[in-house]
This record gives sequence, C-alpha cells and structure tokens, in this order.
Amino acid sequence: MAAVDDRRRLEVSDGALIPARDDKAGFSAWRISFFGAIGLLIALPLVSPKPFWEILRFIPDGVLRTFQVTVFSIVFALIIGLFTGLARISRITVVNRMATVYVEVVRGIPLLVQLYYIYYALGQFVRVPRLTAAIIAMSVCYGAYLGEIFRAGIQAVPKGQMEAALALGMSRTQALRRVILPQTFRIILPPVGNEFIALLKDSSLVSILAVADLLRRGREYAARTFEYFEAYTIVALVYLVLTLFFSKLVAIMEERLGAHHRSS
Amino acid sequence: MAHNQAPASDGESVPRIRVQDAHKRFGDVAALRGVSLEVQPGEVVLVIGPSGSGKSTMLRSVNRLETLTSGRIWVDEEEVTARHTDIRRIREEVGMVFQSFNLFPHLTARQNLMLAPSIVKHEPTERTSARAEALLSRVGLADKADAYPDHLSGGQQQRVAIARALAMNPKVMLFDEPTSALDPEMIKEVLDVMLDLAKEGMTMMVVSHEMGFARAAADRVIFMDEGEVVETGPPSSIFESPGHDRTKRFLEHIL
Repeated sequence: MAAVDDRRRLEVSDGALIPARDDKAGFSAWRISFFGAIGLLIALPLVSPKPFWEILRFIPDGVLRTFQVTVFSIVFALIIGLFTGLARISRITVVNRMATVYVEVVRGIPLLVQLYYIYYALGQFVRVPRLTAAIIAMSVCYGAYLGEIFRAGIQAVPKGQMEAALALGMSRTQALRRVILPQTFRIILPPVGNEFIALLKDSSLVSILAVADLLRRGREYAARTFEYFEAYTIVALVYLVLTLFFSKLVAIMEERLGAHHRSS
Repeated sequence: MAHNQAPASDGESVPRIRVQDAHKRFGDVAALRGVSLEVQPGEVVLVIGPSGSGKSTMLRSVNRLETLTSGRIWVDEEEVTARHTDIRRIREEVGMVFQSFNLFPHLTARQNLMLAPSIVKHEPTERTSARAEALLSRVGLADKADAYPDHLSGGQQQRVAIARALAMNPKVMLFDEPTSALDPEMIKEVLDVMLDLAKEGMTMMVVSHEMGFARAAADRVIFMDEGEVVETGPPSSIFESPGHDRTKRFLEHIL
C-alpha cells in the first residue's frame, strides 16, 4: 500500500512538464507550444532577418555551453544522488545523518546563492574556473534533490523483493544492485526526467558567473545592439523548444519502459 | 508414504529444523510465546492456525527474515539464531516461497531462476541456464522461460517462484501461505507441484490451510494459536479427533 502511495507522490512531486500519456489530441497543449515556438523561430528571421537572423547565428555557442553545463551537472548529480539516496536509507546512523543534513542544507539555500557561494565565497580560498564552479554548484544542488528521488524510488520497491533476494542467499549489496536498483531506475525515470528539464532551465543561472550560456549570449547581443525584445524573445523560444523536446523524449521513454514491464 | 517417513528419533539423527523456546515480540505484541518444534529430514509438516497465531513469524524466523527476541533455531547442525552464523550460507540451503510470489519483475522467468545461483554460488551460465530449463519444465512452464512475471498468471508465477527456490538446490523448503493469494482455479496447479516435491522426499514446512494437501502429503500437522504450538500429530488424528477445544473450534471454522 505504502509503495503505491509513494509512487503517486513521485509523479506529482515537481510541476510535471511531462505530457500525459493519453495526450494524443491533435491540438494538445504540448503540440501548440512546441510547433508554435518552432514556427516563430522560422518565421521571425524570414519576416525580419535583420535582428532575428543575426541573433540566431549569434547564440548557438551559448546553446552548446548550456548543454555542456546541463549534461555534466546531471551526470554528477545522478552519481551524488544515488549515493545520497542509499545513505538516506542506510542503517548506519552517521552515514544516514550526514546525508540527511546535506539534503536539508542544500535544499534550504537558493541555487543562485549556492552559485555565488561556490564561485565567489569559496573562491577566496580555492580558485576554480567559472564553468567548473557552475557545474559543481549545479551538481551539488541537484544531487540533493535526486537523492530524495532515489530514496523514494528505492523505498517504492515492494519489501518482498528484498526478502526474496535475501532468502535466496544474496547479500544486501547484491540484492540492492541486482534486484532493487534496476526496479528503482524504472520507477524514478519520470521524476529524474523532470529534474533534468528543471536543471536545463536552472542552468540559465550560471550566466551570472559570466559563463557564456544561451542566456548570456542573448544578453551580450542585446547589450551591443540594444535590441532587448528581439534577443530575449529568441532566447525564450529556444529554451522553450529545448524543454518541450526533452519532456516529450522523457514521456516516450517512460511509455516504452511501461509497455515492456508494468509492475504490480 | 514410506519415503516421507521421518527417520526413527533415536536421538542420533539430527533434525533438519529445530526450534527451541522461540519468543518474538513486535513492540507490545507477542507473536511467538515459547514455540518448540522439530522437522526431520524428508518430513512434510503443515502449520495451521488462525491469523495472528504466529505461524508465519515462526516460519520466517527459520531463515532469519525475522530475528527472535529469545530462543534458538537450528537448521541441521547450524544455529540460525547465533550472532556470528553466516546466515547467507544457511539461506542458500533453505528455499522459501512467499504468499505474494515476489518474483523479480525486471527479469524473465529463466533469469529469475538463474540470478541467485550465478551471483551467490558463482555457477557458470551454461549450468544455471540448463538447470533453469529443467526446473521450469518440471513445474510445467518450459514454454514460459522467456516471459516476464507480469505476463504470467498467479498460479504460473508461484510455480516459477517454487522453481526459483529449487534452483539453489535447497535441503529444506519453507512455504508461507503459497496459495492464499491465488484464484481458486489456480490453486491446484501449485499444490500439484508441491505434492511432487513432497513425493521426491523434500523436507517441507508449509504454512497453509489446504486440507487436501495436508491429507495427501503431510506427515504431520502443527496447530498454532496465540503464539504457541497447541497440538501436533498426523493429519488424520488432528482433523478427525483433535485433542484440544481450540483446535476443534478452529477446524470447524475452516472445514
């Protein structure tokens, strides 16, 4: 029973961008937004190439940098999250308490403040490159959120699974690796997809460290030409296309896994 | 059933399972209050009793899925309850079948059977695979080897679960209400597999109210109530002339 409740809570945890599975209507909200944004990105440069086409040629570097920050951060955050989640269910009090404190501290401090803190405050002692500082801050922050998702995902696997594995002579570690975690990954895929998309959006915060991401490139363009409206319109549309694209991807992956195996 | 007969208790043969004065408390609730019993090699013992009588707790203590508050349990000569016992080695020899099957849903039937032998006993894949095939056909599911548990009926899942336990080559099999989660039409296929197992001389401890199975295969029936063993005896005598009122009342309820 508890497992079912946990799973339900997982799905509503973060304002889900993931399109609903039955959202197959021709004019679904997702389609209107996604193809609308793409349409605008094509139409605007055609209608008035002077600012818009120039902006589109100016920002691809920023898109790459945004991807770089997002992908590195999510990979490290997943690793941190896995270990945090395991520590959060550990029976060793010290380990458990350390992980819990980490989660509480990180979740209580705004990401923007964490970015400043790691780059400027800690930068007084250890100087790290801006991009590295940005990725560290994002990974540490999202690691805490993912840790909670991993914890809930592990606990959502029915208790009988661990018992069956132990009864067969497996060690706790073997049972975790071969029985529990493979099921956890399936359960947490939608919320992890949500976190990835949230991270993609939050990565725009790294522009305050002068990392030349998508937002920063837009700002650089606007600062030169004073075409703020045009520059930030394109920036917003590109973010929108990216997040909607990935939310669709997550939905498709989820559907594939669900069709392959629907758990009790 | 001569081959099921327990060896003479001449004091020399070691019982396969020995429970001595087992107590278990869950907070304020006493689940076991001084249970003692023995199961001889090759014996099939059915444990019956009302819900909350402690029969599942007792069964789960045998492979230490529950730890006793006090008392001792041995499997062969190894003490399950001793702190420094390598419980995993004992669990390799004690198969367990659960009410809710507990098959691993991310693995096919064949992989369910192969996992533990390969990672616990480090057996080579050819051997675990061949053994999985043999066991699946033994429980009548040779054609379902590549099916995932979700695509199997409850009865089929429980048969795979029995085969999975057998894949470790256990000396004892524990069954915790193996048919209570099944639709009536699927109970027989599971009991048939258990019956075959009993005929082959497997030592079995079964928590169940399946009287048909008890009559056909059990050497002994143990009646538990309120955390105690009330009486024990051959199925015929327990069912036809129970010695205690509590047993009588319980049997009137379920028969």
